[in-house]
Amino acid sequence: MSEFQLYMAQRLSALVMAPFVIVHIGVMIYAIQGGLTAAEILGRTQGSVFWLAFYVMFVIAVSIHATIGLRTILGEWVGLRGGLRDGLSAVIGLGLFLLGAQAVWAVTA
Amino acid sequence: MPERDHLTVTVQRGGPDTPQRPQTFEVPAYDNQTVLDVVSWIQQNTDPTLTYRFACRVGMCGSCAMMVNGVPRWTCRTHVSKVVKGGAIEVGPLRNLPVIKDLAADMDPFFDKWVAAEGMHHPTRTREDEIEAIDPVASDRQEANAGIECINCSVCYSACDTVAGNPDYLGPAALQRAWTLYNDAKDADRDAILDAVSGKGGCHSCHSMGSCTAYCPNELDPLSAIAGLKRATTKRFFGGRKG
Repeated sequence: MSEFQLYMAQRLSALVMAPFVIVHIGVMIYAIQGGLTAAEILGRTQGSVFWLAFYVMFVIAVSIHATIGLRTILGEWVGLRGGLRDGLSAVIGLGLFLLGAQAVWAVTA
Repeated sequence: MPERDHLTVTVQRGGPDTPQRPQTFEVPAYDNQTVLDVVSWIQQNTDPTLTYRFACRVGMCGSCAMMVNGVPRWTCRTHVSKVVKGGAIEVGPLRNLPVIKDLAADMDPFFDKWVAAEGMHHPTRTREDEIEAIDPVASDRQEANAGIECINCSVCYSACDTVAGNPDYLGPAALQRAWTLYNDAKDADRDAILDAVSGKGGCHSCHSMGSCTAYCPNELDPLSAIAGLKRATTKRFFGGRKG
């Protein structure tokens, strides 16, 4: 991908994340009213296609957005260049996605 | 009269073949004196081997920029009284550029990037045609006018932390030049400009920290010019084109 395509991917993933973040935090504030239990969370999320789709898209957007930002940091602060920087960024991005996907699966399956 | 009759001036000496080292000089202090006056006094009265660059002495040519107390400045228009700290000043070569010797920085990377950002005229007409009439109050023209007084001094390039972290980054001056041409009714190839600023080290590498605009001695605003390029490339991505 070109630098411009990465720039657009990072901005568009931010655009996607904005409503997800608001809903995510909004539900958190709503859900903790009157205490918080694992059973209450799982009761809401388990078997829910809506929350599965919501958090899968959220995790994908986060993985794209954070990976591109970390790639810039690896270039400007760590001094990595070329394939090493791209490869390491891709591994981190894949790791973020797998960790996120595992968490989503754990609460919705 | 100044409080002291002498300034303590620390000058960075050396170049690619000799290690950089600071050297301290005592220079007579006057009520009215610029940093360039001080450097010239050292070269003319103490050490004729001191290397530095200047030409016009009136803030037009952009030759004399140096680091003064760690900040890039046009030295011919920088009064010592405004920057002196405890009777002392430090002068060094511009940051983010190779050093030729002492205070003379190698400007080649700066001007190479000017060309790489497509900072060149793409004519709409030939010399056989009538001169195109330009509306001086058109919004495009106003946008272009805002950036054309750049004197190529490289103060913005030296002030930019993105240039420091990313050697490929074209830098504020080159991108501002691209933006003025993009808004010039007499420029025929806007796509070539947007292509040039969309590549590796292009306008999208800018983190909008704004040191360029903060330090520009002519009070230009490269930060906004780069934001304009980001908007124009994004508009083009979504299919919006400028005529």
